[in-house]
Amino acid sequence: MNERKAYFEKIKAFVKEQPLIFILIGLCIIISSVSPVFLTPQNMINVLIQISINALIATGMTFVIISGGIDLSVGSVAALCGIVVSAVILPLINISIPMTVILMVILSVVVGLIIGFINGFSISRLRVPSFVATLATMNIARGFAYVYTQSRSIYGLPDAFSWIGQGYIGFVPVIVIIVVLVLLSAHIILARTVFGRYVYAVGSNEEVAKLCGIDVQNIKLKVYIISGILSAFAGACLASRLITGQPTAAQGYELNAIAAVALGVGGMEGGKGGIGKTVQGILIIGIINNGLNLMKISSYWQIITMGVIILGALIIGQYKKED
Amino acid sequence: MKTKPIVELKNISKSFPGVQALKDVSLSFFPGEIHALMGENGAGKSTLIKIMGGVYKKDSGSIFIRGEECEIEDVTQAQHMGISVIHQELSLIPDLTVMENLSLGIEPRLGGSAFIDKAEMRSRAIKFMEPLGLRINPGAFIRDLKTADRQMVEIARAVSRNAAMVIMDEPTSSLSTREITTLFEIIEKLKKNNVSVIYVSHILSEVLNLADKITVMRDGCLIRTLDRKEANENVIVKSMVGREIKDYFNKKEKEIGEVILEVKNLTRKPHFSNVSFNLRQGEILGISGLVGAGRTEVIRAIFGSDRYDFGEIYLDGKEVKMNSPLQAIELGFGFVPEDRKLQGLFLEDTVRRNISMPSLKPTAQKGFVNSKWELEACKEYIQKLKIHTPSSTTVSKTLSGGNQQKIVVAKWFAARSKILLLDEPTRGIDVNAKSEMYSLMNNFAKEGGSIIMVSSELPELLGMADRIVVIRQGKVSGILGREEATEEKIMTMASILKNTQKEVVQ
Repeated sequence: MNERKAYFEKIKAFVKEQPLIFILIGLCIIISSVSPVFLTPQNMINVLIQISINALIATGMTFVIISGGIDLSVGSVAALCGIVVSAVILPLINISIPMTVILMVILSVVVGLIIGFINGFSISRLRVPSFVATLATMNIARGFAYVYTQSRSIYGLPDAFSWIGQGYIGFVPVIVIIVVLVLLSAHIILARTVFGRYVYAVGSNEEVAKLCGIDVQNIKLKVYIISGILSAFAGACLASRLITGQPTAAQGYELNAIAAVALGVGGMEGGKGGIGKTVQGILIIGIINNGLNLMKISSYWQIITMGVIILGALIIGQYKKED
Repeated sequence: MKTKPIVELKNISKSFPGVQALKDVSLSFFPGEIHALMGENGAGKSTLIKIMGGVYKKDSGSIFIRGEECEIEDVTQAQHMGISVIHQELSLIPDLTVMENLSLGIEPRLGGSAFIDKAEMRSRAIKFMEPLGLRINPGAFIRDLKTADRQMVEIARAVSRNAAMVIMDEPTSSLSTREITTLFEIIEKLKKNNVSVIYVSHILSEVLNLADKITVMRDGCLIRTLDRKEANENVIVKSMVGREIKDYFNKKEKEIGEVILEVKNLTRKPHFSNVSFNLRQGEILGISGLVGAGRTEVIRAIFGSDRYDFGEIYLDGKEVKMNSPLQAIELGFGFVPEDRKLQGLFLEDTVRRNISMPSLKPTAQKGFVNSKWELEACKEYIQKLKIHTPSSTTVSKTLSGGNQQKIVVAKWFAARSKILLLDEPTRGIDVNAKSEMYSLMNNFAKEGGSIIMVSSELPELLGMADRIVVIRQGKVSGILGREEATEEKIMTMASILKNTQKEVVQ
């Protein structure tokens, strides 16, 4: 009897610690009962492809939110980088696949570094609140994307460019492999390196971090650069998937990324969370959106769902805190 | 005067985890009377006025207001009953004007509409300020006013809300002599208007000039209440400090070596100026002074967490410039700040992650956390410092204050600091943990480490320190050796006996 009780307590504690896993399982059961397509391997791979762009952006967002900030510029940075990459590759008709990959990486680093540095510098040295600083760069980056393209999309890109976004290695999409590698490295950085520890320290209490000898401003700067580069790369991948450079791409993606992190951690207060939690958040959002697609519910509802998820995650997090 | 007291306290007790802050305190406050509360830091003055102001709730005892027993549930209720507390941190809204603050919550409306009657608001403000002799522009923003003027506005607000009792917590701590004179005139006016004034202060001369009655508190107990006539400096100081020094300091015989740290003319305006002293190897150097005298600021500057204007710091005879805590840590300093919850600990983080934080970089392997080292070091220091924790992965905020403080110290032991800067190392921890903290400090010094300890508790300083630097208003007012130091001497050096000394700093 007592053993059983202890067993129940253990399960209860686990549910309380990891509620998202159960939400995930519940969602899968509900959706698969409505749509038989849901659990097919082809649809599962579709889900993974659909969430890949958000996963890249949310990985950077995880660093930023753990450090106690927020980055609203990610969607615009993605769009800008997509344009830059498309514009550079457009005239190179006979480019090889490895060359496109190298160019995408280099250009992502350049674009991400520039905007990430502007964000990080204003936030850490000039003490602009992260919300405001990244709201500004969000508009600046998007504006440049429109100005450069005259708000026209860039078509007619060479076939080689589509490898990252549409190619497969065996039966696994290239983009999924990239996302897994990025998530793994990010996880190792956050969980095992000194830098990762410092990111948590800065987000949980800046003053204590400073008195422990941590260069708080430097950590903040780096965090925004990481977020910038990852969202720029996400934008390059998105352009590759669409084989188009669109100035309107990745509109509202910051919301998806923030929702994934907030859902995973149950809040945005800094010092908490991790890649594992973010992955759970990304999967839930991806599966909900996929379910809505399968049920042929308009994509506008997905926007509404996203807002509800963020609100719900924060409310639950607040309850948990008051416990 | 044979009037009824406005507020009467009977057998008030209050305890916080590990501390009995008030024991059986009974006091009466009469209208038209200025009643001073004196005592060392931690004597219970603040707790007492916070209970009257509705910030804390008493554990036992009763409060009578105008003869009727009542419970003070919160600040609003205290204000409704006519008790206004003017705190050291003022409670005006800086981005509103003087008149807006004075009418906050009771704004006059234009004919009952949603619009504010600015003219009425202005004349009301003038009406409130005039009797106090205040000449402040009602349209000025609070943030543009000097501290003194803000304080006056705060008093005007209290009076305008028909306060029968105004409690002032160290009101002169940031005022100049002229401003203090104005404040005293206002207090006299309050007295004439039959308001009961409670005046908390460290400054003997002020209290002797101003107060009708002086109550001295110590260790949460009421020691005595003196009439103005029977009070003098000696009597008050004696009642404030006269206590036995308990022998739980575990002082050990040790050798004190060469000077390792020398501070020369360290200055950061307006917090401290020309502070000079030295620290020897194996020495525990105490820093004494009143709250706000600049003690914390001095050691924060030495640790590199606050900048300083000029002055030199020599470590082992070589001049060093302290630009950041990182640099200080690399040079062998460790700092235990006064507020462990806000500055010392990552409360939401585990014991282990707290202890290892300053040492992560030096022990890292190619940027990766050296988990093996981390595990072993934490185990070692949890044992050595007798930190009572279920495991090294317990979240720090669930532990007691004493254990939390040990974690803060442990992180510097783990970082192998040679010089520890401790700011109020035993604040808010129980007697047992205190005694353990003292042996840790003594052992550290015996093994060749050096300590600078800021403390408001005189017995602790006298019991622990080899020498005591006394700081008064940002300046070193004296350095006492272990043999010559007494509580009376320190109090006299630390207290501001004459207001004129204020001007020197400013």
